[in-house]
Amino acid sequence: MKRVAPIFTVVAAIIAIWYVAAVFLNAPFERDQAERAGRPIAFSEILQRTMVQERPILPAPHQVAAELWDTTVTKKITSKRSLVYHAWITLSATLLGFVMGTVLGIVLAVGIVHSSVLDKSLMPWIITSQTIPILAIAPMIIVVLSSVGVTGLLPKALISTYLSFFPVAVGMVKGLRSPEAMHLDLMKTYSASRSNVFWKLRVPASMPYLFTSMKVAVAASLVGAIVGELPTGAVAGLGARLLAGSYYGQTVQIWSALFAAAIMAALLVTLIGMLGTWVNRRMGVRPEAAR
Amino acid sequence: MSGMTILIAAIVFWLAAWYANTRLASVRARTPAVANAINLAIPFLFGAALLALWEGFTRGFEVPTVLLPPPSMIWDRIVNSVPVLWADFRQTYLKAVLAGYAMGCGAGFIVAVLVDRSPFLKAGIMPVGNLISALPIIGIAPIMVMWFGFDWPSKAAVVVAMTFFPMLVNTVAGLAAAGHMERDLMRTYASDYWQTLFKLRLPAAMPFIFNALKINSTLALIGAIVAEFFGTPIVGMGFRISAEVGRMNVDMVWAEIFVAALAGSLSYGLIALIERSVTFWHPSNRNRGL
Repeated sequence: MKRVAPIFTVVAAIIAIWYVAAVFLNAPFERDQAERAGRPIAFSEILQRTMVQERPILPAPHQVAAELWDTTVTKKITSKRSLVYHAWITLSATLLGFVMGTVLGIVLAVGIVHSSVLDKSLMPWIITSQTIPILAIAPMIIVVLSSVGVTGLLPKALISTYLSFFPVAVGMVKGLRSPEAMHLDLMKTYSASRSNVFWKLRVPASMPYLFTSMKVAVAASLVGAIVGELPTGAVAGLGARLLAGSYYGQTVQIWSALFAAAIMAALLVTLIGMLGTWVNRRMGVRPEAAR
Repeated sequence: MSGMTILIAAIVFWLAAWYANTRLASVRARTPAVANAINLAIPFLFGAALLALWEGFTRGFEVPTVLLPPPSMIWDRIVNSVPVLWADFRQTYLKAVLAGYAMGCGAGFIVAVLVDRSPFLKAGIMPVGNLISALPIIGIAPIMVMWFGFDWPSKAAVVVAMTFFPMLVNTVAGLAAAGHMERDLMRTYASDYWQTLFKLRLPAAMPFIFNALKINSTLALIGAIVAEFFGTPIVGMGFRISAEVGRMNVDMVWAEIFVAALAGSLSYGLIALIERSVTFWHPSNRNRGL
């Protein structure tokens, strides 16, 4: 309870501010309408109308919630109007990209830890690769790949891969190097081979680092998948919903897509966090190190 | 030279660079200067080899330039269209990114210092802030374009929203970093809240703050460019990229990417340099140069 109360207060405050902002931002439109109709409008009436506008500047929270409910529960999943359908398309690209990025990141990290040439030549470029705003290249990757015939899931997943391999590679390098000299010496006294040291000491020791960076990576690959959907001409997916909403001024649709993305990100991060706690326990990581 | 000879030359160069790197990596440097030079030379050679391979493959296999132009062609395009690139850079980076970055980081910092005074607020804002910094905030770009119009203020607004939360979370974490011993020492000096803040807690928080500044420098550029996909005046890096992709002028797109990468790397490097001089006391900097 002690931990929930402050969070609850902050969330409640955010929702309250949102309602006030919605009234404040949407009121000019209502005043304008009333003036055109040539009749006076009371503040209470403005208040009422700003909550139910068709295309508000800022939709009220309950409008977004209603739209979310409407497009997830009451529509058939296969329907193009269903948010579940669009979320699934984004999610599949996210997951594919995330898995490829994680594998690539781990492979790079293993190479870097075991070869000093790779360490010195690759590491600076891995870091430089992230100062390139890859999302800016996303449209070109999509267009170019579709012109060679690669369409659908893979181009979006490749962008997610590029975004998600970096945190995993950096975290894994740190994690694989985290065993203390004492433990490494102990392995040497056991006359353990290199692969023994790797599988029995380095890998278990790297697990907390791996899962911490996987949380970052999955959030990044969701962003990659969403941005990857923008240039395809708004066919399907949460990014397409955003773009279509912005074309037609459907603010409620934009906000509901945004919240769907946010909920998905939160779920994915929580899921990986839970998986991480379980694996860490299995690997015998001490709780205070598992943070 | 025909395509195949270029390809073979590129592969030979790559092998030579690889061999040189293997030798360089095993050299034991006697002075720090030599070690530094080697540590610079290795990634440089690697990058050069990568470029040579790229050039060799695109020319050797005659890859259509629409797919992947060779680096030499991109360089030609950069040299020939400096005015356009500069105008885009000014619109996107000097206006939107810098303004948004300063406002977002500044606001995050100030809110963090204020929140830090109330444990209740801190306990509430930290989990929410952590959650929000994991969310795809970039999705608010269409909304911001709707609110603030097509020109750079809407892009700056996206940048503010993207940079605010990482800064907030990191600063709050950093302000908690000063040890109890040091805080008790400050109390024995009878120093008030502000003295403790400026002389102990803020300096101790600097590694965290610079971490946020570094994360944000990349985020800001991404935010501004992606926001331009949702509507811009006819200038800007994001606009140029989406427009030239449509016209299949891929070399121009790569030129913009080069500018973006250069701007991103330089601002990251600049922040890292400032960090090293501000947090000279931190263990990760003290061990340098040994």
